[in-house]
Amino acid sequence: MPMQAKDIEDLIRETFPNAAITITDLAGDGNHYAAEVIDESFKDKNRVQQQRAVYAALKGKMDGSHGELHALALTTKVPE
Amino acid sequence: MTDTATQIQTQISDNSVVLYMKGTKEMPQCGFSSKVAGVLNYMGVEFADVNVLADETIRQGIKEFSDWPTVPQLYVKGEFVGGCDIITEMTLSGELDTLFAENGVTFDKDAADKIREANA
Repeated sequence: MPMQAKDIEDLIRETFPNAAITITDLAGDGNHYAAEVIDESFKDKNRVQQQRAVYAALKGKMDGSHGELHALALTTKVPE
Repeated sequence: MTDTATQIQTQISDNSVVLYMKGTKEMPQCGFSSKVAGVLNYMGVEFADVNVLADETIRQGIKEFSDWPTVPQLYVKGEFVGGCDIITEMTLSGELDTLFAENGVTFDKDAADKIREANA
């Protein structure tokens, strides 16, 4: 069952209420998305830690063959 | 540690650079794995490839081991570096060169520069 961009944003928003979140549907198939998350809480975290936090917010939606989300290209940043 | 975790620990201890991927470096079976393997091949980095599609316990085990839900996953000197997006960013920023240099991993600096020129 493909996910809508809004669903992804809502999930990330639960964990990062003040983040700037941009979701792009890369292939138009509801299955390949790019997400950019810009949040103050990423300060003092390396990229791995930042992206782990976003993956955690997605609560298992990325879990491989059983996950609803096949591909999510992630970019995480600290606000400038 | 579980048997799988021990097996992974051995793999990343015995090899300076290990890529957990879908498919092999000669024949990747996923675009993201292909991209990272392609960068390493192009940069002339010697690395061990572990095909997670060939072993379901590793496929699940590596996600738990790294606390990272997706494949590919790159390890350098036993440390988890990141997945496709992070490796791409680090390649373009030159951080990957630095990481390899600091860890004594041989790579072709000119090839790395070419990747950056092509993506500038």
